[in-house]
Amino acid sequence: MGLLRRSTSTTATNDESGAPASGDELDPGAPIAAVASHSDAALHRQTDEGSQLMRPSKAATDAAVREIVLTGELWPEVDPDDETMIVNMGPQHPSTHGVLRVMLELEGEVVLRLKPVIGYLHTGMEKTGEELTYVQGGTNVTRMDYAASLFNETVYAMAAEQLLELELPPRAQWIRMLMHELNRMSSHLLFLATNGMDLGSTSAMIYGWREREEVLRFFEKVTGLRMNHNYFRVGGSAADLPDGWQDDVLAVCNSVDYGVAEIDELLTNNPIWLERTVGIGVITSAQALALGASGPILRSTGIPWDLRKEQPYLPYDQVAFDVIYAESGDCFDRYRIKLMEILESARIVRQCVEKMPEGDYRVQDRKVTPPPRARIDESMEALIHHFKLFTEGFKVPAGETYAAVEGPRGELGCYLVSDGTAKPARMHIRAPSFYNLQTAGAMMHGGLVADAITIISSVDPIMGDVDR
Amino acid sequence: MADEAREDVHEVENEAPADGLARPSDEVAAAVLDAFPGSVFALSHGQPVVYVDRASLRDVVGFLLLEQRFTQVVDITGVDQSTNPGRFLGDGVLPERFEIVANCLSHWRNRRLRLIAQVPEHDPVVPSLVPLFPGVELAEREVYDLMGIRFDGHPDLTRILLPDEWIGHPLRKDDATARVPVQFKAAGKPQPKV
Repeated sequence: MGLLRRSTSTTATNDESGAPASGDELDPGAPIAAVASHSDAALHRQTDEGSQLMRPSKAATDAAVREIVLTGELWPEVDPDDETMIVNMGPQHPSTHGVLRVMLELEGEVVLRLKPVIGYLHTGMEKTGEELTYVQGGTNVTRMDYAASLFNETVYAMAAEQLLELELPPRAQWIRMLMHELNRMSSHLLFLATNGMDLGSTSAMIYGWREREEVLRFFEKVTGLRMNHNYFRVGGSAADLPDGWQDDVLAVCNSVDYGVAEIDELLTNNPIWLERTVGIGVITSAQALALGASGPILRSTGIPWDLRKEQPYLPYDQVAFDVIYAESGDCFDRYRIKLMEILESARIVRQCVEKMPEGDYRVQDRKVTPPPRARIDESMEALIHHFKLFTEGFKVPAGETYAAVEGPRGELGCYLVSDGTAKPARMHIRAPSFYNLQTAGAMMHGGLVADAITIISSVDPIMGDVDR
Repeated sequence: MADEAREDVHEVENEAPADGLARPSDEVAAAVLDAFPGSVFALSHGQPVVYVDRASLRDVVGFLLLEQRFTQVVDITGVDQSTNPGRFLGDGVLPERFEIVANCLSHWRNRRLRLIAQVPEHDPVVPSLVPLFPGVELAEREVYDLMGIRFDGHPDLTRILLPDEWIGHPLRKDDATARVPVQFKAAGKPQPKV
């Protein structure tokens, strides 16, 4: 498994040469006891594009990006005289993760082009976001990427906090980080489950679902809901962690470790699995960059870019974790990166349990935070304050800002414009699935139609995030 | 947290040197200002923003990609600023109804730069970035679909989220929610808004 690498440097790309810092080779035996490594040569031989040892040196990548930039083309145009066929896939296809529809241009069994047709799940959430106050907005954004709802809530709250110039208390930030990593685990487990299911491994689906349920059960205990939590509000979170959360979290981590090892044992060395993923859907780092990819797709091409390391936002600079990246850019790498990232998340969660500071779980600024429940019983002013806060909301100073976090699928951003009222003038979510979907065409080009399922599954689009 | 402290969230760093040329603290922004006279720099909550002329938007992005080692236009979106006509824009930038916002990112240099171009209501057209950077193809279609800003040079500028026969651009402020009849084929002929 020499393909998978870890990057431990805080800023991987800040040296003058522009080349990412060298990471350590990942020891396949260490993190998951059940992994038996197989030979590199077997993996290399099966890739379409040679050995794929392409650390993106500055010169190489810049030249490649420039080539794409100047020609504006990613693949040669199709000769119109050729007999190509357009095949429609979706939106009802079970492997399209909801309502994705793709049009495939085929020449025989080879896919020439792939065009995503989206919008079947469009519900105008950015428009709705302009109708809701900052207090209510969390209920809206949390339904975008429903597999990683806590990230959406956080990025929205972070943008509003930047406009308000609020500084969160340490415990509020650590709670966010803890819940983020748990949510990353549940989201990646969902990916492993559906990825296995799409490729015909029904057991993988059951395994992934089983561990994800543990995480969701903890979420229900903390936020009251399994999904769409509306837990992170502007100024902190809705409630403190429940008593005894440490034990629950550690139990979740242990069972996830166990489950991940099982999925790993089931799939990673499975010859059928390797046949269907290794060397399939290869994308180069230049293509990934030029098509706006981020997250595991970008990391699978050899660029160890993770906003948690590069542009730390929550106390991510106070915990130890590695950025997992690989260099082949194929479906196997993307699967394997997500598998390993679950373990890194568990590592962060365990550190959160150790280091969780005491204190407020939300900022004690009465402008954004309602008075404590006990005060409402004894003070008329507190009652009025509470009522006004939840009916009229609070005003946010005029301005514009962009906040970004590293979601499970890549850079999740929120561009927020305020005109000084209690509702955003514009709320735009930079959805990672939406941008990542563009890479499917490049991955698909020249592949077989049977690989379309693998590739769509590997891009891991959440259609609520794509269509918003 | 005093309200006075929030009065001016934008710090203008272009505090008039003698030759009238501003020197922003951000080195990339300074290079953009040198290469494209007329651009204006502002810091918005610590994030570097350059207000550019809409005609030169593609050239500025090309400058960033080819000469400043920028790698991605992370996001491009449109804003209808009808409700916010008196907003802060930096010195000498004339506010228009629409804004096009392009968030640029350099992986190698680990820095971001936000480009904002004003787009007038009577001629909502900006040059497309797709010939330079294919990764914004879907995003530009989304802006066209929802905001009605056209991208000159886009290979396939069609509606993306809404049905092809939809009338209007819902993210515009004059397209209010819950006032448009549902426009689907089975629902009969859509009623044009008055």
